[in-house]
Amino acid sequence: MSDAPMGTKEPFIRISKRTSIGKCRAWSIRIIALLLSLIVSGLIIYAIVRMSPVKVYVSMFEGAFGTTRRAWITVRDTMMLLCIGVGLAPAFRMRFWNIGAEGQILAGGIAAAACMIYFGAVLSGPALILVMVITSIAAGAVWGLIPAVFKARWGTNETLFTLMMNYVAIQLTGYCVSLWENPFGSNSVGIINQQTKAGWLPSMFGQSYGLNVVIVLALAIGMYIYMKYSKHGYEIAVVGSSENTARYAGINVRRVYLRTMAISGAVCGIAGFLAVSGASHTISTSTAGGRGFTAIIVAWLAKFNTIVMIMISLLLVFLEKGAVEIASRYNLNAYASSIITGIILFFILGSEFFINYRIRFRSGKKEKEVAAE
Amino acid sequence: MNTNCAVRMENINKTFGEVRANDGVNMEIRHGEILSLLGENGSGKTTLMNMLAGIYFPDDGQIFVEGREVFIRSPKDAIDLGIGMVHQHFKLVDVFTAAENIVLGMPGKVQLDRKQLSAEILEISEKYGFDIDPDKKIYDMSVSEKQTVEIIKVLYRGARILILDEPTAVLTPQETEKLFSVMRSMKEDGKSVVIITHKLHEVMAVSDRVAVLRKGEYIGDVATSGTSPLQLTEMMVGKAVSLNIDRPEPKDRVERISVQNLSVRDVEGIRKLQDVSFTAYGGEILGIAGISGCGQKELLEAIAGLQRAEHGSHIAYTDKNGEVHELIGKTPLEIEKLGVALSFVPEDRLGMGLVSDMDITDNMLLRSYQRGRGFFANRRYPRSVASEVVSELDVATPGLNTPVRELSGGNVQKVLVGREIALHPTVLMTAYAVRGLDINTSYTIYNLLTEQKMKGVAVIYVGEDLDVLLELCDRILVLCGGQVSGILDGRSATKEGVGLMMTQLGGDIHE
Amino acid sequence: MTQIIALFSAAIVFGTVILFGATGEILTEKSGNLNLGVPGIMYLGGIAGLVGAFFYESSAADPLPWVGVAVSLICSLAAAMLGGLIYSFLTITLRANQNVTGLTLTIFGSGVANFFGGSLQKLAGGVGQISVATTSSGYREVTGLADLGTVGNLLFSYGFLTYAAIVIAIAVSYFLKHTRSGLNLRAVGENPATADAAGINVTKNKYLATCIGAGISGLGGLYFVMDYTEGTWSNDGSIERLGWLAVALVIFAMWKSDKAIWGSYLFGVLFWMFLYLPGLTRASLELCKMLPYVVTIIVLIVVSMRKKRENQPPASLGLAYFREER
Repeated sequence: MSDAPMGTKEPFIRISKRTSIGKCRAWSIRIIALLLSLIVSGLIIYAIVRMSPVKVYVSMFEGAFGTTRRAWITVRDTMMLLCIGVGLAPAFRMRFWNIGAEGQILAGGIAAAACMIYFGAVLSGPALILVMVITSIAAGAVWGLIPAVFKARWGTNETLFTLMMNYVAIQLTGYCVSLWENPFGSNSVGIINQQTKAGWLPSMFGQSYGLNVVIVLALAIGMYIYMKYSKHGYEIAVVGSSENTARYAGINVRRVYLRTMAISGAVCGIAGFLAVSGASHTISTSTAGGRGFTAIIVAWLAKFNTIVMIMISLLLVFLEKGAVEIASRYNLNAYASSIITGIILFFILGSEFFINYRIRFRSGKKEKEVAAE
Repeated sequence: MNTNCAVRMENINKTFGEVRANDGVNMEIRHGEILSLLGENGSGKTTLMNMLAGIYFPDDGQIFVEGREVFIRSPKDAIDLGIGMVHQHFKLVDVFTAAENIVLGMPGKVQLDRKQLSAEILEISEKYGFDIDPDKKIYDMSVSEKQTVEIIKVLYRGARILILDEPTAVLTPQETEKLFSVMRSMKEDGKSVVIITHKLHEVMAVSDRVAVLRKGEYIGDVATSGTSPLQLTEMMVGKAVSLNIDRPEPKDRVERISVQNLSVRDVEGIRKLQDVSFTAYGGEILGIAGISGCGQKELLEAIAGLQRAEHGSHIAYTDKNGEVHELIGKTPLEIEKLGVALSFVPEDRLGMGLVSDMDITDNMLLRSYQRGRGFFANRRYPRSVASEVVSELDVATPGLNTPVRELSGGNVQKVLVGREIALHPTVLMTAYAVRGLDINTSYTIYNLLTEQKMKGVAVIYVGEDLDVLLELCDRILVLCGGQVSGILDGRSATKEGVGLMMTQLGGDIHE
Repeated sequence: MTQIIALFSAAIVFGTVILFGATGEILTEKSGNLNLGVPGIMYLGGIAGLVGAFFYESSAADPLPWVGVAVSLICSLAAAMLGGLIYSFLTITLRANQNVTGLTLTIFGSGVANFFGGSLQKLAGGVGQISVATTSSGYREVTGLADLGTVGNLLFSYGFLTYAAIVIAIAVSYFLKHTRSGLNLRAVGENPATADAAGINVTKNKYLATCIGAGISGLGGLYFVMDYTEGTWSNDGSIERLGWLAVALVIFAMWKSDKAIWGSYLFGVLFWMFLYLPGLTRASLELCKMLPYVVTIIVLIVVSMRKKRENQPPASLGLAYFREER
């Protein structure tokens, strides 16, 4: 006789892959996850500050949108995050794990700052900005291209390569900061061209960040159209789905890798330009500030749809600003925002499972389905 | 109840999405027998055995081992019950040695005693007559060596019921003979062996009993000694094979593709094709026969510009004006730009021919998106092609916006073939165009190919079913180990003749 | 000479932080999980150890070093493994994307650590006021061997975690190469379907490797807090930078933890070299600090060009496993 297997019961939970799911249902699962995460975060906040979660979220809202100035800062930061997410979208669609946005932003930022410093007195306003945009795009594109070249030629792991490129860029920024130090000994570059405002993005609609919004929204819409309707976008999708199919269809896979990563890096370079020219007017190793990583999450959650990214960027920035507000009101520190962001993302990431898979519990003859229905 | 029964499966059901892979199957495996599980491609043989091996769990039904009901939830449960399966796609870790693969997952001392392990493996090898080096890495091994590792792995685990999934598909005749003698010595050792196959002569040669599946249903079982290939074929396909494929005489044959001394090596430097020469004419179907993996894939891909050929190879294409173009060294895009209308239905439909998560329209776009000068892809033309293909070929789909991965195998193939024909090709190459399709769809495909032939297209048909090749094709090129074994006339060739040339270079017959 | 010894000592101390991180990550990656949450896990390990020690020292009348060490060790391991558990649950059970989950864990871990680090500073009366001197001294206690001149200085002048890091790295290497469970674990990372068919519990192996790996990585954070910065806290992001360097070291060592030992010290030398190279400006020392990353990139490229099978990343790294995938 053989040994009996450990249990002789049918498995309790059975999981199978869904072939398809309605858009409506998919989004309702995501929204349930979001609500759950807000409840959990609310409970944690309550445990720390003993304040009703509803009040907490009200003050978070005030923190993000309470005054016109705050609202504009929220918008500015949303646009920044969105811009990077837009840059990452084509790379991810191609299943190229570009986690080097941080480095590509810095490359663009360094280029912009260098132009401001070296050409600030030479070139006129619009010409200077044009030169800055071009060099930032070029710098970001080069930073994105380097790992792509090796991926295309030798299949070098791009996740790890782009990750390392971030730190090369950070050290390069450190080098530039000490090169351009002002005033001497401060270990920072200070506000560049504070008097002349040369190379500062001009204000629009009476708002200093108005132009940022216009540029980034244009990029988001442009990228949406590029990915959905252009021949290039089609090639990206085919390469991302199967390299074999791409070869079969006569697509030059290497060229698509290089072109797409150049575009991806270039858009991140523009984000660097905006951070320097359109927001902080300085450069430091924290110019990217981890947003290159956060944007990965934005791009992933939006399923590479740049229009959906607007909402997700706004949500994340809202959380950050709101948490800073709570922190200052209750004498905590602002890192609470990272905790809340983390929790919400954990929930949303987990919810994808219920969208992609069907779960059935063993219950007699009838099999019930969970996760809505 | 039969006490001689090692395994009994009762009323087993399994569905994948919309596909019923197994439908109320009842079958048994007896002690000390070699059982052939026979059925066409896609008849549910592998799915059924995977449920014994713990890879899948049945939706419905019961499994009894030694008369006791069991629930096999994982391969580990299967191993504990003495059931071992050698999968068609080997489950081996490439960077491990044979010995490491064999011992994988086995209980024992914390520390791995490689010496003792090697000794144990050699002992098993001697007992059943294997030939193996326990310290060789898998990535250095040939296919048949890998299969040997798989079988020893199962035996090392003390399996009493062995399931071999199409083990001969990748073997040479000599290797097959060796495998059969190993199977017989395992049977003498009291083990039950199940061999999944669709090759009748193997069934007759090695097994004691035959069980037949057709379209997921269990048709029945017979003792090998009391049956004939004809009866088995009837059980397998439902009725005697009288294919009756319409084969009109070719007319206006014109030279289209002339292959001269084509040699190809794969990425690892292994020779896949050697000095292959032949000519394909417009207005005829050229069949290509051969055991799987003897260069068919490389041949078609070389013509399509997807394989790098060795120096000295030539592929000449003659266009409608009689001009000759060299295709070697050109990319698919360059070939298309020459005005060569080359259509190709590759073996790997969802991994190469189609983009599985795109809808039908976007898949139609795959071969035509580069047309036109604009920056944007034009979807108007592909959409009309898509609706034409769907209505003319009867593609069962909820709509044009359904991702093709949600379609059944036959409908996927219709989309692919429909697209390639819509390109109005002068050369149409198909690899295993009817694999896994039901009889009706298969005939649809045969008729489409013949239709193309009568339009003057040079059709190249790579197939595995000799009956089809003999009734569909005007000429048959037989490949053997990457070389041309011979080119036969489709109307006069015999099955035996082709079979002989497949296994033996040149065979005995000449054109 | 003294300069060289000073450089090596600094390199060893620095290297130990990332050696812990890398050893844990090697164990994790060998199971096929690319956990980019290493920095977050090191953060969790560091802050939990600090918090544990802080409350022990402020509640005990006469705190003992070894009790402080024990309390902080347990807290650190528990927190880091909890981080690993979150990652495992999301990526293994719920099959969430590994890269995104890992990055989220880094955000979460740094948030938790800096939040509580900041709060602790307030409790202790201001920035730079946290001190768990007693516990820290327990970590930094050295044996008499340290007095043996140059050799003693070079080899024996470190706290016990420095040696623990080496022992753990060698143990992990031995485990992976010479034990049955290690073989099974590697099979899971190379080809989970094969491991599954061989009766290995893929889920259990991935969970265990990821959680234990996280525990080991977390010790890097603990070592940083207790030994490297001598029981203090600052919200300056150093742990995060070291965490990414640990990820780099995994590649540099080609997924072999015994090689990670000298690799980590080499990274330490590269990192501190600027202090001992004459004539460096502040600007060029930033370029010097770039070296570990550049070297890692070069290793990554060379490995992919040479295509030697044994040096490649685990074949299923970054992919979720689902048995009934068709």
